[in-house]
Amino acid sequence: MSVRTLPLLFLNLGGEMLYILDQRLRAQNIPGDKARKVLNDIIMTMFNRKFMEELFKPQELYSKKALRTIYDRLAHASIMRLNQASMDKLYDLMTMAFKYQVLLCPRPKDVLLVTFNHLDAIKGFIQDSPTILHQVDETFRQLTEVYGAISAGEFQLIRQTLLLFFQDLHIRVSIFLKDRVQNSNGRFVLPVSGPVPWGTEVPGLIRMFNSKGEEVKKIEFKHGGNYVTAHKEGSFELYGDRVLKLGTNMYSVSRPVETHMSGASKNLASRTQESIAPNPLAKEELNFLARLMGGMEIKKPSGPEPGFRLNLFTTDEEEEHAALSRPEELSYEVINIQATQDQQQNEELARIMGELQITEQPRQSTTKGDDLLAMMDEL
Amino acid sequence: MVAADSEGPKDPGIRMFRRERSIPLQGSAAALCNNLSVLQLPARNLTLFGVVHGPSAQVLSAAPDGVPLAQRQLHVKEGAGVSAPHITQVHWCVLPFRVLLVLTSHRGIQMYESDGSIMVYWHALDSGDAPSGTWSGRVLVFDIPAKGPNIVLSEELAGHQTPITDIATEPAQGQDGVADMVTADDSGSLCVWRSGPEFTLLTRIPGFGVPCSSVQLWQGIVAAGYGNGQVHLYEATTGTLNIQINAHARAICALNLAPEVGKLLSAAEDTFVHIWKLSRSPQNGCIEVEHCHSECVSDTQVCGAQFCDPSGSSFAVTGYDLTEILRFGSV
Repeated sequence: MSVRTLPLLFLNLGGEMLYILDQRLRAQNIPGDKARKVLNDIIMTMFNRKFMEELFKPQELYSKKALRTIYDRLAHASIMRLNQASMDKLYDLMTMAFKYQVLLCPRPKDVLLVTFNHLDAIKGFIQDSPTILHQVDETFRQLTEVYGAISAGEFQLIRQTLLLFFQDLHIRVSIFLKDRVQNSNGRFVLPVSGPVPWGTEVPGLIRMFNSKGEEVKKIEFKHGGNYVTAHKEGSFELYGDRVLKLGTNMYSVSRPVETHMSGASKNLASRTQESIAPNPLAKEELNFLARLMGGMEIKKPSGPEPGFRLNLFTTDEEEEHAALSRPEELSYEVINIQATQDQQQNEELARIMGELQITEQPRQSTTKGDDLLAMMDEL
Repeated sequence: MVAADSEGPKDPGIRMFRRERSIPLQGSAAALCNNLSVLQLPARNLTLFGVVHGPSAQVLSAAPDGVPLAQRQLHVKEGAGVSAPHITQVHWCVLPFRVLLVLTSHRGIQMYESDGSIMVYWHALDSGDAPSGTWSGRVLVFDIPAKGPNIVLSEELAGHQTPITDIATEPAQGQDGVADMVTADDSGSLCVWRSGPEFTLLTRIPGFGVPCSSVQLWQGIVAAGYGNGQVHLYEATTGTLNIQINAHARAICALNLAPEVGKLLSAAEDTFVHIWKLSRSPQNGCIEVEHCHSECVSDTQVCGAQFCDPSGSSFAVTGYDLTEILRFGSV
């Protein structure tokens, strides 16, 4: 499969994460300066030069488990904390959103436009920070350099690699259900109408040529769809009209996000194959994580800046209930470093993982004050 | 001159095909091209199906009415490497004296007896330390004995610069056991070969910047399916483009032929499967085509489709994320 998939996967999932966090920060009435700080810190960590360097190296995609660990780290790059249940929900929403975008891309190459849509929006979040803006523009330049040169065939392979990553994920998302882009069985709607991809002709025509290459006859046939010609190609420049809406922010304060867990992924057989990955595989993933997260350079919060907990659900009780009722097959087991034998060799990773205090058990509901203090102690 | 399609049912109530019993799969189908292989065994009243899930492929047998009988899962051979490799294709090769089941991955080529029970040969592909993902475009030709594992790599054909996507063969007219062959690649280029003691390149058909995902060969006609949804029909001996069909709104994932009647099936990511009738004009021998049937597999990104009998009266379809093989039969 393609070794150029990871940057696209990471940036788009990261973009979706920021959309969701932004919406929840506003819904939870977090003060503007705190909210801005959280987004700034996360974006700054995401686009860190060392981290991007590692990301852009040609490499195979690693497991969902490994990738989830990176987003856990990223979400905690600032003064904000998330409980396990909220982190699970955040990751579910991120992955289903990007799966939808990849599936509906008209051309395989359009996944690059989706990425640019995410980057354009990210720049909107950090308008008043020229340093971070420069970092994002730098990443933009890197994307153009790497992906501007690759063929349609390689983009097709990237698309297939992404779809392999998202295979068998059918979590139902309320916004998607409401907008009728997802069916009640969790499958996405694939419309058979609208503009054809740029570079594709509207189906329905048969053209016949003679041996000299001259067209001699045209026949029409009933295709069955209702397509029209593409109006315009999206821009791949630093600034421009992307035309494609996939990858733009679909959340707003008035459209809360819920996921439905029941009825998701009935196919246990295909999912369990991932969670019983052999140990040698886990070692490679740990090396990958060490390299990647080593470049993250997360600053520990110093000084009296008070942290806060973000809840992806409407109430604490809802969050607790979600934690307890999450189906077995959908649990994202964060990689447990104790389980591997090469702990000594992964000293750097051990140090990083030690800093990363993801609660394995769902927290019991206590007063907000106690929660905050407990979390601050763990830093 | 533009003529409306006069063939086919005018009344939408009259359908040529109807959905028949689906066959459940252990794992969903992966979003690969040509992700369904069918082996028809009419003498044993059986049909075998092969589908790639990802790290595994499933091979199963079913009765004529679609009732599943036996199934087996195959994996990529163990070896040194970074991550669990994925299977790229599972395919039955029907040879004059035997049938082999071939499994390909970035690690190599595995050949089994037709039911997948015994691996008879393993050819490692040198990928170096880093999985470069760049395929050399070489076509490997193996000598297969009538029985046993004594398979030998006999030739490496150079004709492509980008990864090979599909290969099609047809017994050459008038010569027993000798086949003609077409190979297609990621850049959309096609090579037409004549076999013999060695393969000779007959003609090369240039691409146009879009991958050719699937190719078929029938009575001197090359049918090619492309990433822009077009099906092209070429004269095999000269490489001349005779017919260009704007067949689909998304990338074509599979083409298949029912050789007895010259029916061609095209399936694409736009959820449609189309059936076409190929023929040659009695006057001047030019290639002709007519559209016979279109089937919309709702909300399914089709990844494989094959006829289930040589007369094209039934076909099967796989789709990304779908945990069943859909079957269609003539009414």
